[in-house]
Amino acid sequence: MNLSHWNRIGFCVRSTTLILFGFIVFASLLASQISAQTETTEIIDSLVDTSAVVDLTTEMNPAPPPNPTAGDSPNDGGGSIRVTWQPSEDDRPEGKVKGYRILRADYDGSAGEFAEVGDVPAGKSSYAHEDGKDIDDDNQYVYKVVAYNSAYDASGDLMTFSSESGVSAPASSRAQWYDSRRTMVLFGTVLLVVFIMYFINRAKSGKPVFIRKIAGLEAIDEAVGRATEMGRKIFYIPGIGDMDNMMTIAAITILGRVSELSAQYETYIDVPVCRSMVMVTGREVVKEAYSKAGRPDAFQEDQVHYLTDDQFGYAAGVDGMFVREKPATIFFMGQFYAESLILAETGNSIGAIQIAGTAMPSQLPFFVAACDYTLIGEELFAASAYLSKEPKLLGSLKGQDIGKGVILVALIIGVLLETFGIVQVSGLFSVGD
Amino acid sequence: MRREIPLLITAIVGIVFVIAYFIPHWPFGKMSGWFSDWFSIVQGCAIILGALNLMKLSLIKVMDRKEDWGYAAVIIVTFLIVVVSGAYEGEEFRNPGTSFDWLYQFVYIPLSATMFAILAFFVASASYRAFRARNFEATLLLIAAFFVMIGRVPVGYTLSSFMPEGWYLSDLASWVMNVPQAAGQRAIMIGIGLGIVSTSLRIILGLERSHIGGGD
Repeated sequence: MNLSHWNRIGFCVRSTTLILFGFIVFASLLASQISAQTETTEIIDSLVDTSAVVDLTTEMNPAPPPNPTAGDSPNDGGGSIRVTWQPSEDDRPEGKVKGYRILRADYDGSAGEFAEVGDVPAGKSSYAHEDGKDIDDDNQYVYKVVAYNSAYDASGDLMTFSSESGVSAPASSRAQWYDSRRTMVLFGTVLLVVFIMYFINRAKSGKPVFIRKIAGLEAIDEAVGRATEMGRKIFYIPGIGDMDNMMTIAAITILGRVSELSAQYETYIDVPVCRSMVMVTGREVVKEAYSKAGRPDAFQEDQVHYLTDDQFGYAAGVDGMFVREKPATIFFMGQFYAESLILAETGNSIGAIQIAGTAMPSQLPFFVAACDYTLIGEELFAASAYLSKEPKLLGSLKGQDIGKGVILVALIIGVLLETFGIVQVSGLFSVGD
Repeated sequence: MRREIPLLITAIVGIVFVIAYFIPHWPFGKMSGWFSDWFSIVQGCAIILGALNLMKLSLIKVMDRKEDWGYAAVIIVTFLIVVVSGAYEGEEFRNPGTSFDWLYQFVYIPLSATMFAILAFFVASASYRAFRARNFEATLLLIAAFFVMIGRVPVGYTLSSFMPEGWYLSDLASWVMNVPQAAGQRAIMIGIGLGIVSTSLRIILGLERSHIGGGD
């Protein structure tokens, strides 16, 4: 046998081995495919089996929520019924309850047709059916609560399983004459009003009222004077709140005093505002201040002008004016949010003397860091009385201080009682939503 | 009468709001709702005054070629573009795909975000000034700020990981925020609450008149 013969035999063996290997691989793949198909068919057969669906329904159906009750929601102006129920036995983590649907029917001796009025997730056991959802105080209603569950079937359709509770007793809504949750607030308010009225009357009778010095308000004269000396304008920024905000009202009262001073010193005051109603009110106040200062002719209506209602648009506009016009003095009084530091830092960068005042605790640190003087919280509200020096207004500040003293004593007593576990006093001061 | 009528309206509305807080029954509960609605209506109408004022001032600036009149021209042009775009799209001007929505998504939102983002740099510059140890109080502020800042980042945890549990820098930062910081903030809040009640009372009683032009 020569070499070419051995080569031919070797080629035959290799070819046969390769064919055999290929056949084995193909056969095993075919076998596994057939086996998988058989298993899938068995699974599908088991799913479409009617008895399996029946079992599934039984297995997925949640237990109904027992004892639904309905009654008037307390402490409101009527038009609200509170429905409560005991949670379904299956309402637990990984349980069979996805949520509860609340059904309602009119009741006139007998229940009418039930219709869904609300939906709450699992874990809840009450629902307030409120005004604006077709509730009349003169009518009676009955309620049912439906616990429901859901799952996808073999064809991918969502199946819902539910169980209804019994029908609640008839209920109707009514308005209350007093919100009992607010008794402590009423007590505190009445006490504070009594203090304030007492000190107003006391101040009216001519008795001296001592009020501590507030650096930020004392500096107003200096700030306006500085602008006069430098021959530059004053900017007064009354925040981004509207006239329904107490901080804005306080800012407008301070604007009156600042405008009067600027009119006396013949220094221009520019008031760019963020709200149209603040513009209208601000104009009246500035006009009046100019008249009071004997300079009605110097008042220009456009001193108080509108920029935009948009928070950051306003900040951009005011910043632009600061940089271009380089005022000597800037006042920030009123309600501010994130724009507080954007404005105050720009004012700081141009070297203006800045006086800020706000009752937004989260913005106070920014003003303290960037401004020369800051009226902190209550000082903003005290400004009008402090600047006017009117006895009746100063008296109200004194009454407010006494109120603060009472709260201080209450806090100390409360802390001691809670610390020593004598009585849980905190509950007395809780106020409902 | 120019003063008395606003004072009367203020007093009536103020008293109704106070009563409605404690007595939800009709008419007080409903009346406070009506007054809020009226405020919204007046507020909505007043926006026209603001917009007209803005346009008037900007037009005067452009026509008189006052200093920086170019900015006023930008205001007029952008104002008109937005108004025309909204009017052209009709009632569904807010829907996705409208020109108004495009302006909102690709002009307004980026501009607002840019302004908000500037805050980060201002916080840095303000912090730099605030945290200089000029006196005892400023030094305390600096130390507190140091612990709060380092306690709020992962490296703070790593640096103090050898400490017993409850004594990590993050725990110290939480303590500063939850105890001294919260106490100080609550004290300010109590003062603000009392200030609001006192000012409201002065306004309702007509003692405070500065906001309607002042004077007796």
